[in-house]
Amino acid sequence: MLTYIVRRLLVGLSVMLTVAVVSFMLLHLSGDLATAIAGPESTAADVEKVRVQYGLDRPITLQFADWLGAALQLDFGRSFYFQNTVMELIGERLPVTLKLGGVALLLAVVVAIPLGVLAAIYRDSWVDRLSLLVAVVGQAMPNFWFALTLILVFSVGLKWLPVAGNTSWQHFVLPAIALGYYAMPSLMRLTRAGMLDVLGSDYIRTARAKGLSPARVVFKHALRNAIIPVMALAAVELGFMLGGSVVIESVYSMQGLGQLAWDSISRNDYPVVQAVVLIIAVFYIGLTFVADVLNAALDPRMRTR
Amino acid sequence: MSSTHLIMSAPLPLPPIPAWRRGLRRSLGHRGLVLGSVILGLIALAALFAPWLAPHDPYAQEVTQRMIPPAWYAKGSWEHLLGTDKLGRDYLSRLLYGARVSLFIGLATALISGLIGTTMGVLAGYYGGRVDAVVSYIITTRLALPVVLVALATAALVGGSLKVVIVLLGLLLWDRFAIVTRSATQQLRDAEFIAAAKALGASTPYILLRELLPNLMSALTVVATLEMAHAILLEATLSFLGLGVQPPTPSWGLMVAEGKAYMFFQPWVIVIPGVVLAVLVLGINLVGDGLRDVTAPDGRN
Repeated sequence: MLTYIVRRLLVGLSVMLTVAVVSFMLLHLSGDLATAIAGPESTAADVEKVRVQYGLDRPITLQFADWLGAALQLDFGRSFYFQNTVMELIGERLPVTLKLGGVALLLAVVVAIPLGVLAAIYRDSWVDRLSLLVAVVGQAMPNFWFALTLILVFSVGLKWLPVAGNTSWQHFVLPAIALGYYAMPSLMRLTRAGMLDVLGSDYIRTARAKGLSPARVVFKHALRNAIIPVMALAAVELGFMLGGSVVIESVYSMQGLGQLAWDSISRNDYPVVQAVVLIIAVFYIGLTFVADVLNAALDPRMRTR
Repeated sequence: MSSTHLIMSAPLPLPPIPAWRRGLRRSLGHRGLVLGSVILGLIALAALFAPWLAPHDPYAQEVTQRMIPPAWYAKGSWEHLLGTDKLGRDYLSRLLYGARVSLFIGLATALISGLIGTTMGVLAGYYGGRVDAVVSYIITTRLALPVVLVALATAALVGGSLKVVIVLLGLLLWDRFAIVTRSATQQLRDAEFIAAAKALGASTPYILLRELLPNLMSALTVVATLEMAHAILLEATLSFLGLGVQPPTPSWGLMVAEGKAYMFFQPWVIVIPGVVLAVLVLGINLVGDGLRDVTAPDGRN
């Protein structure tokens, strides 16, 4: 187990490094940064000035080495747009996105697990069908549109919740629903599949034969085994949600990491964009690492892969 | 007991049902697959015949006819069945042409990403060892990149357009193709028909393309439909955020973005394109899920 963890950790670290290279290269190779920073009305002389000022005239490997060296010390340089350092901006915005992602995941899990368990126990009943319908429809709706529709219904129509912002807990309700709805179907399906698997196994039959109450069998014996892969998937889903929060944050005007990335993209503020991409990737890698370890703890066969 | 007697007493052998008819019968018995195919077929027809079906020019602006609600509203008119947008363009016509954009992006992206992912997956699965390690590493790295952010950042630099969206999504969405073909190839690598082809002296490209690939087709079709749906949703997202398909091209995501400012008083401007988008994606997903059930009846859940 320990060797497995160490090996996964090393892979995770090298993937981080590769992501750093990719996010750096992406922005340096897909266009001329100096021209983009200087703006459309600038002259050739302006562009050259920008190039020298931002150090973009140096060899790309040197630029990368400098950037990476600083990034390892959590120094991503200064924003091109604000006077602040990139780390200050991120420190300000990250809590909003983490809170949003956390609440969204919690909502998804709280709905997905009971629904999945019910769907497994009452297989092919209306509960099963309904939960499948919810999942299939959920996966088909574009998330920005679902977010807007929630505003129309709950903010404009029923006037229960605020339209946009992130100043109070009420502001987090709709965005968390909008974001969490996309993680819910896969968590629910996995709970259902896991429960079906476990409920058909011998030890559950033994537990039933011993005369344990059905509730005890389901919750104490079956769910406990079915839930670990679901938790592992939940960790991965959280990683995806942090990356996808840019859409939801922009619809609800929340001052989170996604909104920061989005604003920085439209302002050509590349140091911020690079840093956000890298940080979200680091979170994702960390979370998948947790998921892998959870799965490996449950199933020793996974460790040899 | 003579041999003739044995033949006589055996029940008359029924003519074997051809494989395609068995497949068709099974497909028609799958409600989701039928529903999905009907939805997808209708939208594909609408896209194909948009120039004949559209009552108006989707680009024609009519300043005096702005924001007319759909026909079922009191202020609506039959002239514009689904109303007009903020520039007075006919909403139904734009929807019909928008179907072309969505389907084209879905197909083109699935093609590009399918090519990349399948190549990587087949090579990794067939050769194993170091090739597999490298491909798996690339897949892991790709999964760690946040798709929407990377697509947005790159589109902002290059400038958003239909072509850019297709290339970007094609380069980003190959992961599932690679994962699925990799494990499918691993399972087939040691199959007898592959060993037979090797024994007959077939070249590796021949084995991969003519022996292995046809056996991956059903899995590939399933992944392709799901990735198509994924690509259509992502295009809509990018266009909604202003870095995908550019105006005046009618993209459903863009229509939601353009209607956003009016949604508080005229909710239909965002409801209509959103519903159509969801229905299309639902149709494609139903086809994909149905095909998976039909082609692999054992692994239903």
